[in-house]
Amino acid sequence: MEHLILKVTTRLLFAPIILFALYVQFHGDYGPGGGFQAGVIFAVAFILHAFCFGLEATKKAMPQRALTIAMALGVLIYAGTGVATMLLGAGFLGYDVIDPESTHHAGQHYGILLVEWGVGVAVASTMLTIFYHFTGREPDIDPEDW
Amino acid sequence: MSEFHTPITPILLLDLSLLTMMLFVAFAMLRSRHLFAVVMLSGIYSLLSAAFFVSLDAVDVAFTEAAVGAGVSTVLMLAGMLLTVRREKPLTSGRQPVALAAVIAAGAALLYATIDMPAFGDPNSPANAYVGRLYVENTPSDIEVPNIVTAVLASYRGFDTLGEVVVVFTAGVAVILLLGVGSVRGGRQVADRNGAAGGAGVGAGVKKEEGRG
Repeated sequence: MEHLILKVTTRLLFAPIILFALYVQFHGDYGPGGGFQAGVIFAVAFILHAFCFGLEATKKAMPQRALTIAMALGVLIYAGTGVATMLLGAGFLGYDVIDPESTHHAGQHYGILLVEWGVGVAVASTMLTIFYHFTGREPDIDPEDW
Repeated sequence: MSEFHTPITPILLLDLSLLTMMLFVAFAMLRSRHLFAVVMLSGIYSLLSAAFFVSLDAVDVAFTEAAVGAGVSTVLMLAGMLLTVRREKPLTSGRQPVALAAVIAAGAALLYATIDMPAFGDPNSPANAYVGRLYVENTPSDIEVPNIVTAVLASYRGFDTLGEVVVVFTAGVAVILLLGVGSVRGGRQVADRNGAAGGAGVGAGVKKEEGRG
């Protein structure tokens, strides 16, 4: 089956969706959004890709092995930020120590950006992992069931 | 402490129409036995509640509801539905009176509880008065981030959010353990004994999955 319009539309939409996810990710402190929403939007771009080009093509673009590593990496970025602030002499996730001389709490901004980045990586890879595992099982679909 | 009354604005009409639509969608979901329709209706329900959250000025919650509730969970429910059946089993009629009585009792208790709820936007309500007020007052001087929700989520309540991320991670690990075949590095593929029987169990359908990582 050749769904030309769907394929062209998906190709056109893919990059803007990723861009929007990054916007939501890094503008979390200024507008609505943050790591959770950005992670989901990022995953949705790949889910759209899988709908249009098939799961195998998406798995080539974003292999499960990378996702498994990214899942753990996201949690590590978050917890690592906390450990780093502890090593710098503050409490766990005490961001102010990152830039103590700042007059406008730049440390808080850096800390929030890092933590939200960890959230985004973990959420995006987990959503895609769940999607891959659910749709990758290929049950025998009986057309009568629809 | 003076009594606070929510101002009546034309937005109220919008709220009422959104809530009415949500009620109709909920009843449609109850009536339908076709799971594909139920999943689609639950997506519509999420989108309507996202619109409702926007009208309540909770844009962050609305954004999450639209992205997670209407977007990704609909897809995951459809994917999950593919692994099971597409039609809900009809209920046995014997248990219905007890269930109806329980639902009516719980609904009456909830309605009774709404009498004690503070008015929407009441500055003295428990949600706005104690720690909430502290966050709103101190965010401009402590964090200097324009979005207070982000300041609470990532800084004041950073521990809780770490817990949430671990929950999401755990969900992903659980799905890999339950549904994944082979190890991450490409383990040995195990033959599925239930596959040929075509049963509705969890083990059915693994046979086509290849064990490469």
